[in-house]
Amino acid sequence: MITLGDYLIVSGILFVIGFAGVMLRRNLIIILMSLELMLNAANLSLVAFSRFRVDSTGLPDYDVQVFVFFIITVAAAEVAVGLAILVALYRARQTTDVKDISSLKF
Amino acid sequence: MNSFLPWTILLAPLISAVFITLFALRWKAVSSFISIAAVLVSFACSCLIFTQSGIAAAELTWINIGGALKVPLGFTLDQLSKTMLLVVSGVGATIHIYSLGYMRDDEGRSRYFAALSLFMFAMFGIVLANNFVMLFIFWELVGFTSYVLIGHWFFRDAAADAANKAFITTRIGDFGFMIGILMVWMATGSIVFAEITPRMPDLVSHPTFVTIAALLIFCGAVGKSAQFPLHVWLPDAMEGPTPISALIHAATMVAAGVYMLVRVAFVIQASQTALLVVAWIGTITAAMAALIATQQNDIKRILAYSTLSQLGYMVMAVGLASNDAAMFHLFTHAFFKALLFLAAGSIIVMLHHEQNIWKMGGLSRKLPVTFVTFAIGALALIGCPPFSGFFSKDAILALAYERNMPIFTLGLFTAFLTAFYVVRLLVIVFFGDTRSEAARQSKESPLVMTGPLIVLAIFAAVGGFGFFARNFLVLPIEKETGFFVPALAFGALIVGSGLAIGIYRSRASDPIDIEVLRHKFYFDELYAWLINWTHELLARVSAFFDRWIIDTGAVDGSSRGIWGIGALLRLIQLGNLQAYVFLFGLGVIAVIYFAVFR
Repeated sequence: MITLGDYLIVSGILFVIGFAGVMLRRNLIIILMSLELMLNAANLSLVAFSRFRVDSTGLPDYDVQVFVFFIITVAAAEVAVGLAILVALYRARQTTDVKDISSLKF
Repeated sequence: MNSFLPWTILLAPLISAVFITLFALRWKAVSSFISIAAVLVSFACSCLIFTQSGIAAAELTWINIGGALKVPLGFTLDQLSKTMLLVVSGVGATIHIYSLGYMRDDEGRSRYFAALSLFMFAMFGIVLANNFVMLFIFWELVGFTSYVLIGHWFFRDAAADAANKAFITTRIGDFGFMIGILMVWMATGSIVFAEITPRMPDLVSHPTFVTIAALLIFCGAVGKSAQFPLHVWLPDAMEGPTPISALIHAATMVAAGVYMLVRVAFVIQASQTALLVVAWIGTITAAMAALIATQQNDIKRILAYSTLSQLGYMVMAVGLASNDAAMFHLFTHAFFKALLFLAAGSIIVMLHHEQNIWKMGGLSRKLPVTFVTFAIGALALIGCPPFSGFFSKDAILALAYERNMPIFTLGLFTAFLTAFYVVRLLVIVFFGDTRSEAARQSKESPLVMTGPLIVLAIFAAVGGFGFFARNFLVLPIEKETGFFVPALAFGALIVGSGLAIGIYRSRASDPIDIEVLRHKFYFDELYAWLINWTHELLARVSAFFDRWIIDTGAVDGSSRGIWGIGALLRLIQLGNLQAYVFLFGLGVIAVIYFAVFR
């Protein structure tokens, strides 16, 4: 029997992988992909919550699933904007390595 | 019975002062006559009030803060203030008239008469005030007019400095006076004399408090009446015009300190310690000033030191708990000292502003009226019977004889010194050879100057007779001193005068030279040193405070501190995206930790 805990563990592993990717990888595209991974980890745990929160009529809690749809939509928009910025940045700097993009400091 | 007379007395000089200042500054003759008219109106009203009994004046409420502090503008009209009104307005009137002659060539005559009127207003205010606050305000106002009039010839550095010195020195005393007033108000909840008197028994149960309050109030008199530690301003105040020296710095303002002490005697007499201190301060002043006077060469300064000495006698009488004796001496002194100063002024003008007594000599033939009046004043001053000073000084000495033997001894010694230096002055100025060209060519002053001299001389001669003493004051005769005290005083007088005549007859320069007396016991030097030293210390402390605490600590410190915090915070701004992410992750973990596990 798969419990809520198992879903959450998988979700946590996905989130940590995503976070590690954002922290450690240098390529901006990979970082964006890792971000998506973190968002989907969150989606997974939300869906799991929905599934395991059953009310008296035997139906799952759909409010949470609506929330997940919103996240998917926003993530799509974010990727569009993010990739556009990335292209613009590449045109300006000829690089997508975050080590070279460090002028935002004193 | 309410009457408009007290208000008339008070306001006539004020109206004159305002009118002259606003409209008549250019017309010198007009302003002098307005001023004289005002003082004559006040004098006439004072005479009327003196003859009426049971007179009262309308009282206004000036300040009323919820009943806690009530300051009325009201008048005290008792025998004391009526007498004082007569003295102030009478002496004031003669001096106003004399000023017509003395100041006739002065460019600033309008300014002079305006200030003189303002002074009369303030002085009447002091005399009439029925509460501490009103008294204090007029008290400061006479201080201000005194400052203006000492500095009348402000283009002379000496006069400007003397004006500053007088103002600042008296301010020191007034500061204590103010604290004393506040203490009395705190203890009794009232500042009106008549309301404080019935509440005195509560106060007397706190002897230390009463003593401190009484001594602080006495501080005001020490400043204004130029008593021992703060006496230094009065001799310098002689830089002012001579009528001013006569009116303000001899007859009235300096006597206001004594008047104030008599007015608030109910506070002073509540403390034996305070009385003793007052008596000794008076005695020390009297003896010290007389000693200094024996070695001065400026005619006005000698008179100034004699004023100090006589004021010392009055304060001594207050300290011996006899208001009547003090007021009696104040009364006679006002006349003979004003007379002496005016006569000296007459000499000074006729000798073209020569004040050194060694440049005079033989003036009894040149200025006969001045000589006779001056001699009457001098005889009154040294207490020669039957002139007025004899009676009043004798009253004080008899009092001291009964109550405090050491003070009596010093008082007698002072009487001897007084005789000595006054006769010295007389001998040098009026007898012997004329010692300068100006003295040889001098002639008698005009009637406008000799007239007041003659009037004052009459009062100085007869002012001490029983008629006046009975009418003005009630002298306490506790036990019959007989002829012993007057005889002793007369003996001191004869010895002093004889000695002075013997030493100074037909001399061209001073055969005695006592350095310490010539330098006035080095008080000015001591104060200069003291003030320099304290100034230096204060300046150093403030400089340190300013440089290190304010500049370095507060101003530079705050800017450097902010800069330092900024520098620390800048270290976090790495510009590395992934480091931000790492910190952000740490932050999230911290938030979760605090939200969930705490």
